Amino acid sequence: MGEGGRGDNEFEVAEAAVQAAIEAGARYADARVMLRRHESMSARNGEVEEVSQDEDAGVGVRALVGSGWGFYALPELSDAAARTAGRRATEVATASARVARRESGLIPAEAGTGSWASECQIDPLEVGLSDKGDLLVRATSTMREHGADIAEGTYQVWDTAKWLVSSEGHRIDQRIRECGAGIMATAIGDGETQRRSYPAARGQYGTRGWEMVEEIDLEAHAARVGSESRELLTAPPCPSGETTLILGAEQMALQIHESVGHAIELDRILGWEAAYAGTSWLDLAQLGSLQYGSELMNITIDPTIPGALGSFGFDDEGTPAAARDAVREGRWVGVLAGRDSAAVAGLDYAGSVRADGWARLPMVRMTNVGLEPGPHSLDEMIAATDDGIFMDTNRSWSIDDRRLNFQFGCEVGYEIKHGELGRLLRNPTYTGIGPQFWRSMDMLSSDIVAWGTPNCGKGQPGQVGHTGHPAAPARFRNVRVGVRA
Amino acid sequence: MNGDELRLAQRLLERATAAGADAEIEVAIDHNRLALTRFANSAIHQNVADDIVSLRVRVHREGRTASGSSTRVDDDGLQVLIDRVFAAVAVAPLDAGWPGLAPPAPTGPPAEVDPAAAGATPDARAAIVAAFVEASGGLETAGFCRTGHWSGAFVNSAGQEVTGERADVSVDGIARLDGADGVARAASGRLADLDGAVLGARAAAKARAGADAEELAPDRYEVVLEPTAVADVLQGLCWYGFNAKAVEERRSFVRLGDAQFDSAVTLVDDPAVRGDAYDAEGTPCRRTVLIEAGTSASLTHDRRTAAAAGAEPTGHSVGAPSFGGIATHVGLLPVERPGAIGSSEVDGPLVDAAAAELVATVERGILVTDLWYTRVLDPRTLAVTGLTRNGVWLIEHGEVVRPLRNFRFTQSYAQALTPGAVRGIGRFAHALPGDTYSAAMPRWTAPALHLASWNFTGGASG
Repeated sequence: MGEGGRGDNEFEVAEAAVQAAIEAGARYADARVMLRRHESMSARNGEVEEVSQDEDAGVGVRALVGSGWGFYALPELSDAAARTAGRRATEVATASARVARRESGLIPAEAGTGSWASECQIDPLEVGLSDKGDLLVRATSTMREHGADIAEGTYQVWDTAKWLVSSEGHRIDQRIRECGAGIMATAIGDGETQRRSYPAARGQYGTRGWEMVEEIDLEAHAARVGSESRELLTAPPCPSGETTLILGAEQMALQIHESVGHAIELDRILGWEAAYAGTSWLDLAQLGSLQYGSELMNITIDPTIPGALGSFGFDDEGTPAAARDAVREGRWVGVLAGRDSAAVAGLDYAGSVRADGWARLPMVRMTNVGLEPGPHSLDEMIAATDDGIFMDTNRSWSIDDRRLNFQFGCEVGYEIKHGELGRLLRNPTYTGIGPQFWRSMDMLSSDIVAWGTPNCGKGQPGQVGHTGHPAAPARFRNVRVGVRA
Repeated sequence: MNGDELRLAQRLLERATAAGADAEIEVAIDHNRLALTRFANSAIHQNVADDIVSLRVRVHREGRTASGSSTRVDDDGLQVLIDRVFAAVAVAPLDAGWPGLAPPAPTGPPAEVDPAAAGATPDARAAIVAAFVEASGGLETAGFCRTGHWSGAFVNSAGQEVTGERADVSVDGIARLDGADGVARAASGRLADLDGAVLGARAAAKARAGADAEELAPDRYEVVLEPTAVADVLQGLCWYGFNAKAVEERRSFVRLGDAQFDSAVTLVDDPAVRGDAYDAEGTPCRRTVLIEAGTSASLTHDRRTAAAAGAEPTGHSVGAPSFGGIATHVGLLPVERPGAIGSSEVDGPLVDAAAAELVATVERGILVTDLWYTRVLDPRTLAVTGLTRNGVWLIEHGEVVRPLRNFRFTQSYAQALTPGAVRGIGRFAHALPGDTYSAAMPRWTAPALHLASWNFTGGASG
């Protein structure tokens, strides 16, 4: 273990599981032992509503028999349980052969050993519950005092220790601490609701300690958030039509997540998610040549960004974290891949596989997928826009199963007239087709923030992933806005 | 099976009481054995199973509340959990809305548990998948077969002591042909009820009928929603409308006693269909009529919302006060048609004979198989945007005439069901699986639904 010298027993458990899987007939096996602690608190209208501290531990084993995979998990860290899990994983893999796919395997990997821990200045689980509660109580009280009918605040903390062993010799331990917080004000009018949040409705999260929550400074923004939610009720609606659109950084993070991040997941491209999450409009034959967006569009897959929510030392297959281009000067050049999907696709890199805990199968997930800085500032974009709309802070998101057609709603919009921000607009929405939209991006800010998304759903059984998205304000041309029921 | 869980719950409660005899304490034990065999490109590619006992303790003491959970069932593990929750409750902020513990109350009759479902093997799931793939007739297929077996116990320091057990099985799969997808889904408590071949054939028939789809200009159209699409509407109504917390906070459109819906609409949440005995607070689950012949009749409560409203809790707590009471086994009641005969299965893209009967009454409209990625724009109006998926067709003169490409829609679900807006409800209700994020997978029961208008706001291809 990276910190404190723990982990000998956990490695032994994982090794026993792998050994049992191999002895039962698997040609490859890996096992993840995890100890996870999660703490959350929510407050509403000046009162704490919920405090929960959860802890789980177990071992999950993945086995490959022929071309069939099997996975089995048990919540017990004993040699006997590990061996049972290993054998069962092989049994499940053997059953997969009844409806077998063509032979596949894993791309080669060095038998990595290593240890990694995320940076953490203030252990979030050591901060007093009463202090954390007071923060949320004060922030939600302030929002109520300034116009919110419903004032909500929440924080979450995860502390995950994990040990990976594989039949190829991997032996890796990591400790990842994540936390974040957010507040949200809802004002209720005649037949509608309006909402403002800070830093975002889902909060802002990172692989950091409580210092991140302190930096967010919820209380400093509570009065503004409360009053803006009320102000929106009487704002004019976002007009309908085509216009120039400037998106704030938080909405850009959502735009990247939905219309780039998911689209470049190799399992989707290969059809592995066809029945649920969907496929992708991207065709591997066009990797390296397809123009995804304008030349301002440079998107990287980078799990090495300190403090970003999608950061780690090794993915859950043991591939060391490394940065890779996904889109370079608008051209699609990279995917999010795992060792098995890369083998099927004929690619030579992996590194983007993670599991939502020890009881779930590792699968292709976003790490930190985000923009590199552009040459402009938000002020320059507004000044350069004669007629348009500025929107920020995501409120709703919907995109088709090929990640092409999206309709996103924001909490707040502002008219832009003659280079200046004008009236506040309510119910701002915009819609478009991914590549057309990204090709219309003609200005991009240099002011990058690594937004964290702690609620990315994917897989069956469903898994919740934590992803990061460096994003900055950007301008897009000829965008359809103001779609309504 | 749940005797083990009850003994463990009692042991945990005894230890917790020893740590704080003055505290109000509740303990829940859940033992889930879940397995899901997933296929894509007509082969099993992900095949998982787990067997997990989880413990949850909630303590209210001196005006403060805290909860914790764990997966450690040994003595040390129990004590660590108790110590952690009592340490937390000592410093937790005051909880002014604490509604008290569930009083002793019996659950309904125990659910019948199908041993074949509870003990389903990887081979049994693979056989269902193989039948689905085979019945598709060579089309590319994808989906899952899931089996689950839960046994649990709940005890609290007010004397409530209940147990439960259920098994569930479900299949959800698509067949694909040249960019056209067709879907078939089914859920049950009995393994023998799931016929992979029937479902695979249905999905394939839809995919074949969806080939060479054409664009149709977005507009408001009359629609027939198949059960798979109706399930999404039901979920929206329940989560954002009939959730008592949403009503309490004025986020919901629901007004109890008002005839807000067409008189053909009766909506019932019936936990017996899934075998649920009690909720996360130990309240026995009870059948709740949400809409009675078009009139908003009742809400789903947890103990907090019930206390605030002066109502009885309905057994819909999901263990998270911020969500309120959530209905997860809702059914839209089918409508009998005098004189209608015949089996439910039909040839072609339609899900059943009842959907065909509804289509026969449409002069010009759209048949929608499935709704996808739906998101609420405003809970107060239940305005939702999303897309169609897995098969869309143009209906003219009572017949399905040609496949259409997918649409984006922006539509108030509540508005779509107002008086006069419902032109017909199918006579066969299909049990359908919900999402797979929780061990207690939601179950929707839905017939096809004929609506006067649906607001399609764009084409999925641009």
